Amino acid sequence: MMNRIIPYLSGLAWLSMVIATIDTLQAADPITLDPILEQVENQRIESIARATPSAVSVFVPGGGGGGSGVVISPDGYALTNFHVTSPAGSFMRCGMSDGNVYDAVIVGIDPVGDLAMIRLLGRSDFPAAELGDSRIAEPGDWCMVIGNPFLLASNLQPTVTYGILSGVGRYQYPSGTLLEYGDCLQTDASINPGNSGGPIYDAQGRLLGIVGRASFEKRGRVNVGVGYAISINQAKNFLGYLHSGRIVDHATLGATVTTDPDSGVAVSNIIESSDAYRRGLRFGAEILEVDGRVVQTANDLQNVLATLPNGWRVKVTYRADGKTVNTLIRLMGVHLQDELLKKMAGALPPPPPRPQSPEKEGEKKEDGDPPADGDNKPPQRRPGAARPAKPAVKLPKQVQEQLVQRKGFANYFFNLAEQNDFIASLRNQFPFQELPPEASETESVAKKEKTAWLIKGVTDQNPAKPVRIQVAPDKMSLTIGDQQIQIENRGDMYDAVIDGTVVGLLPALDAWRRMLTEGPRKFGESYYLGTMPLGGERPLRDVMVGIAGELEVRWLSHPDSGAVEVVEVFADRDEDPAELWLIRDADSKSMPSMLDLRYGLDSLIRIRVKSWDQILASELNVNLNDPDENAADENAKEAPAVPAAEDSGEDSTGRDRTDEVKA
Amino acid sequence: MRRLTALLLIVAVTAGSFSDTAKAETPLGKWARDAQQRVVKIYGAGGLKGLEAYQSGFMVSPEGHIATAWSYVLDVEPIVLLDDGRRYESKIVGFEPALELAILKIEVSDVPFFEIEEKLSASWGDPIIAVSNLFNIATGNEPASVMQGTVASVTDLNARRGTFKTPYRGKVLILDLIANNPGAAGGAVIDSRGQLVAMLGKELRDSATGAWLNYAVPANALRQTIGDIIAGRKTTIPDSSTPELARKDSHNPDALGMVMIPDVLEVTPAYIDNVSPDSAAARAALRPDDLILLVNGQRVDSQRTLRSLLRTVDRRDDVELTVQRDTQILPVTLQP
Repeated sequence: MMNRIIPYLSGLAWLSMVIATIDTLQAADPITLDPILEQVENQRIESIARATPSAVSVFVPGGGGGGSGVVISPDGYALTNFHVTSPAGSFMRCGMSDGNVYDAVIVGIDPVGDLAMIRLLGRSDFPAAELGDSRIAEPGDWCMVIGNPFLLASNLQPTVTYGILSGVGRYQYPSGTLLEYGDCLQTDASINPGNSGGPIYDAQGRLLGIVGRASFEKRGRVNVGVGYAISINQAKNFLGYLHSGRIVDHATLGATVTTDPDSGVAVSNIIESSDAYRRGLRFGAEILEVDGRVVQTANDLQNVLATLPNGWRVKVTYRADGKTVNTLIRLMGVHLQDELLKKMAGALPPPPPRPQSPEKEGEKKEDGDPPADGDNKPPQRRPGAARPAKPAVKLPKQVQEQLVQRKGFANYFFNLAEQNDFIASLRNQFPFQELPPEASETESVAKKEKTAWLIKGVTDQNPAKPVRIQVAPDKMSLTIGDQQIQIENRGDMYDAVIDGTVVGLLPALDAWRRMLTEGPRKFGESYYLGTMPLGGERPLRDVMVGIAGELEVRWLSHPDSGAVEVVEVFADRDEDPAELWLIRDADSKSMPSMLDLRYGLDSLIRIRVKSWDQILASELNVNLNDPDENAADENAKEAPAVPAAEDSGEDSTGRDRTDEVKA
Repeated sequence: MRRLTALLLIVAVTAGSFSDTAKAETPLGKWARDAQQRVVKIYGAGGLKGLEAYQSGFMVSPEGHIATAWSYVLDVEPIVLLDDGRRYESKIVGFEPALELAILKIEVSDVPFFEIEEKLSASWGDPIIAVSNLFNIATGNEPASVMQGTVASVTDLNARRGTFKTPYRGKVLILDLIANNPGAAGGAVIDSRGQLVAMLGKELRDSATGAWLNYAVPANALRQTIGDIIAGRKTTIPDSSTPELARKDSHNPDALGMVMIPDVLEVTPAYIDNVSPDSAAARAALRPDDLILLVNGQRVDSQRTLRSLLRTVDRRDDVELTVQRDTQILPVTLQP
């Protein structure tokens, strides 16, 4: 170990050794190290030894350059820069200090934040970096950068440079709207071309950030003592989004601000269709805090926003007319999706020259596309989509197996995997889908089509009114007290959400029931979005999106239990969605005790759930106007399990349903 | 050796404190923070390609005296941003071209400042930090950048005259860190006691090898001048109380034999275009392209100022000029 570490010792230690040697020569004493010196150096050696195994040297196959990266989980997920992966496309080779080269496939990219996630393949026990906390980092903290400067790591041993943090919370302007470094770390540890995408660690070897750029100027593209790293806390915000395999965007508030010397961050302009506007933010309001961070200048605000993904709903505190308001705001994207794809294509460096004939390339493309999931259209390449891999070498088999190209995605394979996890988790929680989900697909779909939900309860008010909710294909009704509302089609559901009525419960429950029975592929256009806070609170929840017709539905599930906590139904992007909050007294396998329908921040109705049964849709007709709540309750207690539906033997129902949904 | 141990102690405590508590004010962090609070960002002239309109400076008195590098950035009255984001218009109260030093003044009181040491305490091998706003990375209330390294040597810069284009002729600290970047000039170099030891100089490049020099001017070399300027003994602000004399009784450039370049700008620099034969200027060996910096110790920021300053001097009196000729700063006496 020592022989590898000694060359990395700082000039300081080296100098002290020289001095010690000189002293020794003069004094003719045996060499002794100051115990403090020894302790410090031993600590440094330990930290470097701890950190080095997770560092990755990225090489673009075919000699198209490269960079650095860092493994963050034992199953091989690693972070690097978007600008490192973009010349490579979908496939790169990664060297690690164990002396091995691993194939890696692209997972997700964040062109605005210059982050990319790749997955190293071939092991399930990769050495992973311990993630630190960049918020507590301060100027003067010792740090080290381990990576592949000038692509020197041809022997796969990364280079270690040591220094201090020169500044924290720095802002480095984007080029256009891409590659923005907000709230980043500045270091004097040497950062050179090739260090991009690599780790910066604290003195204990914990990951502080992802190195990505440096101030170069008249002295050429070599280190001048100023390098920047994306903070690990920003990366943590984006991990879920990157795992989705998508091309992700950053957030804006939908307002512009100025720094007012008297009143801090003052709103100077606001988009009226923004959620910020709906939550009462107006011209002149003073923004005090965003996502738990105090903002005092416009720069502070931009620094916070630059670290947040598009679509997050975060806590915001502002002061207006002498009143302090705590609220939640859904953040807008910096780009429209197609706009981002277009800009990204423009921002990408031209691919390195490849000696390859066009026909051969076409052949390779087919090779490179593994058969997609049954429900997927064949991967399409459109202008603006993620640059397809044009490998000079044939894609390794295991890379092919984990690569599915699709517009808007860096690698749809990982989204499918997340969708599968979601539906498995949904089927493993209340209300259970009793029918075998996979076994005999056509048969069970037909059965599931017949399933309806019958939920009974009382309103959470005094006096409580009985509530009866029926959710079945084409037959939905909500009865509160003696008022009954029946809806029949998607138009009714859309209106209910737009108007912000209690009927908004029904599309949320219907979407859930349908997702459960049909799965994400038949639901409509479905994808895994990533992770975001719930009500502004961590832990970050997994978010699944399903779009059917004009309604966009989001399921927010707890990352540990997988329990769905909120189902949101958006009828219009510029209006508040209907939010169905599920309150559980026990784990995800038990029935929710309370349904809470909210618009904006207000709860419209809370229902204490007494029973939640799955019955055959055909039985609903009989029960539609059944006023006998008690009898139904008792039935529920006796037979809490979902009654097995009878086998109808039909196999065309599923398709009919799907078509109807898309109509 | 003792100095090295001092830094290593800091390193040791820094490393150790992490295991105790996640968020600890580390000695190195405090060292850096104390220095940052005394460093300011200065904005002035420039902005053209290769001429950054910003540089660094540091407080040298509790009343808002700021030491910085004398440069083109100060061709206009500069704006100063303190560490806490407070913004001030400043006045150039004095400068010493031979030291490339200028002192600005802002209207504050009780600000943290650096004491200037009397003797050079730094020597090679000393660990130091350099605090500056290089590349203008810090804006508004963001603290200046901190870099660490060691003093590589203390030496004379004029060993090979003309190699480095600077009028400064004294000792410099050569640093092993890349401290002298755009905007770093006027930054503070601090030793492990938190003592200011030097001021970062302007960017210098070896004209023979193209190598960039990382250096700082020792604080003790600046001490006398800073003290004199703060005390008002060496102000370069034109004394407005001195009355202008009648044209026929006072000096003017032409009568002294200095033909200035055409005065076409609002602030045309006082460059000499030609020297009349047999004039006071010719006797004093002034040359074309000499830039007049001071007249009787008062700053000449334009030809207009030059003319009005000469109007205050009786035509029978000597005129003391300070001129810059290439990288040299020359005192010149014009005798009528």
